[in-house]
Amino acid sequence: MSALVAVLVAPLIGALAAVALPGRSGRIATWVAIVATLAAAIMLAASVISQGMPRLAVGSWEPPVGIVLEADGLSIAMIVMTALVLTAAGLTARHMLAGDTKGPRIAFGFWPLMLLLWAALNAVFLSRDLFNLYVGIELLSLSAIGLVAIEGKPAALTAAIRYMFFALAGSLLYLAGVVLIYAAHGALDIGLLATRLPAGTDPFALALMTVGLMAKTALFPFHVWLPPAHGGAPAPASAMLSALVPKASFVILLRLWFDVMPDQATDAVLVLMAALGTAAVLWGSLVALVQTRLKLIVAYSTVAQIGYLFLVFPLAGGTSVDQPWAAGAWNGAVFLALSHGLAKAAMFLAVGQWVHVRGSDRLDEMKGLAKAMPMSAFAFALSSITIVGLPPSGGFTAKYLVMTSAFAAGQWAWALVMACGGLMAAAYLYRPMAVIFGRADLSASRLPSRSQQAVPLALAGVAIVLGIASAEPFETLAIGRPQAAEEGL
Amino acid sequence: MTGLLPIFILLTSLVPTAITFFLPQESYRLRNALNLGGAIAKVALIVTMLFSVAGGASYETDMALAPGLVLLLRIDALALLFVSLSASLWLLTTIYAIAYLGKKPEQSRFFGFFSLCVFATTGIALSGSLISFFIFFELLTLSTWPLVAHKQDAASLEAGRTYLLYALPCSTVLLVAIVWLESATGPILFTEPPDLSGIDPAGLRVIFALFIIGVGMKAAIVPLHGWLPSAMVAPAPVSALLHAVAVVKAGAFGVIRVVYDVFGVDRVAELGVGIPLAVMASVTIIWGSLRALQQTEIKKRLAYSTVSQVSYIILGAALASPFAVIGGLAHLVHQGLMKIVLFFCAGIYDERAGIRSIEGLNGLGRWMPWTSICFSLGALGMIGLPPIAGFVSKIYLGIGGLQAEAPWVLAVLGVSTLLNAAYFLPLVYRLWYCEAAPDVEVDENAPALVGPTVAAALAAVAAGLLAASEISPLGWATLIAERDYLQ
Repeated sequence: MSALVAVLVAPLIGALAAVALPGRSGRIATWVAIVATLAAAIMLAASVISQGMPRLAVGSWEPPVGIVLEADGLSIAMIVMTALVLTAAGLTARHMLAGDTKGPRIAFGFWPLMLLLWAALNAVFLSRDLFNLYVGIELLSLSAIGLVAIEGKPAALTAAIRYMFFALAGSLLYLAGVVLIYAAHGALDIGLLATRLPAGTDPFALALMTVGLMAKTALFPFHVWLPPAHGGAPAPASAMLSALVPKASFVILLRLWFDVMPDQATDAVLVLMAALGTAAVLWGSLVALVQTRLKLIVAYSTVAQIGYLFLVFPLAGGTSVDQPWAAGAWNGAVFLALSHGLAKAAMFLAVGQWVHVRGSDRLDEMKGLAKAMPMSAFAFALSSITIVGLPPSGGFTAKYLVMTSAFAAGQWAWALVMACGGLMAAAYLYRPMAVIFGRADLSASRLPSRSQQAVPLALAGVAIVLGIASAEPFETLAIGRPQAAEEGL
Repeated sequence: MTGLLPIFILLTSLVPTAITFFLPQESYRLRNALNLGGAIAKVALIVTMLFSVAGGASYETDMALAPGLVLLLRIDALALLFVSLSASLWLLTTIYAIAYLGKKPEQSRFFGFFSLCVFATTGIALSGSLISFFIFFELLTLSTWPLVAHKQDAASLEAGRTYLLYALPCSTVLLVAIVWLESATGPILFTEPPDLSGIDPAGLRVIFALFIIGVGMKAAIVPLHGWLPSAMVAPAPVSALLHAVAVVKAGAFGVIRVVYDVFGVDRVAELGVGIPLAVMASVTIIWGSLRALQQTEIKKRLAYSTVSQVSYIILGAALASPFAVIGGLAHLVHQGLMKIVLFFCAGIYDERAGIRSIEGLNGLGRWMPWTSICFSLGALGMIGLPPIAGFVSKIYLGIGGLQAEAPWVLAVLGVSTLLNAAYFLPLVYRLWYCEAAPDVEVDENAPALVGPTVAAALAAVAAGLLAASEISPLGWATLIAERDYLQ
């Protein structure tokens, strides 16, 4: 119970302290908050696994009056992944910002925004109230936009403004949906809404919220804001934005379609969502293939990877919902979100170190880096394995689960999308791999130390371990999902 | 304890891998000791197991990943056939590689990935479930790339790219095949024949074809063979690894697993896919030989010869008559022994005399007698001259063809033997009967290079001479066939 509160409160207090306290004490407060939140996340996960789901009615007001926080398997999986990614990003940012001439000014904004982002993410993963989710995702978007713009470069500012346009439009649509639901049912609690009597406005409300969340998740065709924003932000920020932010709105989508209104899920709509996902996979991968800037390759890869997530809807929802393959598809999608989060963060952090050394993220500047920085090169290679979905990695486990579900459901097309997507990912990630592996003499003076290079390597390692030791995470995801607990195929 | 044996065997390669990556270039001694120690430990473990497995024992250990993903390691007779080949050749190749690389740069990376490849190959051999097979198969794909591209020049990177260009699409095809099949049957273990009745025969034929594409790429079945000759730019120990120890062998082994343990001989016959596979193998045998004839570089000619020879194994597996099965399995070992001799020799000619083209071999027999004798033995064995190992394989395959009522196999073997002679005999002739170029002055005073070569050559001769004994590759293949596939 206390850990449930701590994962929300610790980063918020840290954010305030980082702004309020001057200089050194502010930095110490920041790191105390980071360590505290990481510890709270792990404790929360441990208590959910050992004692079941903690539930907190804020201020002891039960719904429909009050709001509820609750941690299920999905929540803690996302919260732990978030904690790992943000801690790693923080460790990398500490060195990168220190060496920068504009360091102090950027650092002044960076640490509070990062902690706010953390609080917002945890709030989204724990909330069981549609309006509370709105607050969380709004805070998330605002801190994310701040992080994009933090260096004050013109290109980044443009990207941030474009991001803001999409994020705000998405928020408005979502809010409109919330209003319609409240008008029809007088409740916003997910548990209460699950047992509601369907109202005539439900399809419209769900559509509004879904489109709004798709814009925030950067699903094709709403992805146009993502590559410039993630490609233009400083690398530690890109790591958080690409790995975590789209996952938050995706989790809300999962809760909407599987918990709040599973009755509204008609096959045609679900197939449409997966079709958009397919388009994202194909388009994102194709565009990533022709980029000449490394950060953009990695950013477009995120566009493609987000597409995979939406294949879950026809495979686990609608008429599939109580079929034996639904559990595999649902778990596979969450696994994909987790392993992509870890691997993509590792990738951005490794790339960030190279960009820091070379002063540019143009692909042809990257020659010879494998020799100069072998550990971060290895981190990039390991995360590529996860992103492509090769064994043994979390990405592979996810892919296997989703593909078997697709075949079992007779919906082969989705399996082929995954197969093609993996191949295209191999193609666009091979280019940077071959370049950094090429021979060049880099007499660069300040290379990151081994311990700094170990940070992305550790993250990428966790993504691999997720594939090897996948039985426990799999069981954990079933907590709070009775239908997923049945072993499917 | 016995359940842990498969894990110990894997650790003999994994531990050196994990440590080697972090060693600085200068730690020659520690690195060599680690890699040699691992290789020796592995051979020792395997020798102890040979006896108990011959007595009927098997070792097993498993680990559940997510539902549906079972990592099962199992040591049975077939696994042991492959793993003892790869382990003993790994030992020889390690000795050879240490001498070959000398003080060349990037050795920690080289030996790290080298051991990782062997780890993956061992995993492939020991895999008792389809998914563990796939996991190790892909690990092999990935860990081979840095070795093929090891020299990091344009040609090596290009060869590495070609390799991945073949490997990754084919592994995707393999994954689709596995997923399709397992979505209907659940996890497939090699010990229990899966119930395939949930899929209609047309679907099963497609799945079988997908499987063959997926694993056949590594076995260099025509038309999926193009990567192998282009990978020749890699250092000689890597060629040995590709052609004898690991990669193409893993492909051929995969075909054996698919035919015997995934589908089963009966089902393959019922579906009528065995003969088409045999035809594909035959086409590969002839085509590889024809292309080998056209090559003027030693290593390229050897590479096309591998394309041709590995398909003997597949031919045996596809015909599935008793003698064909035995001949194919035995050839898995025979081809490995003979081919590693040839590649070791090619490496020595290149390294000690700077000779890469076939004309350069003129008269070298006098200057490099040990190497040239080994090379000649390997070449004659490939042609099928008794008593060297290749002869035994061909006889068994020929009889197997008759048993399977496919007499055309004899014609394929005959033509192939003629072609083998046509592309190998000129090399042998040049070594011994042509005048050396006047400026040739070389010596082969490199015991660490020549030693493993001689050992492998002796093994190839012994495998043929002692074929009748129980511990020969042929004897072991007979044991496997009788125990598992020919009840």
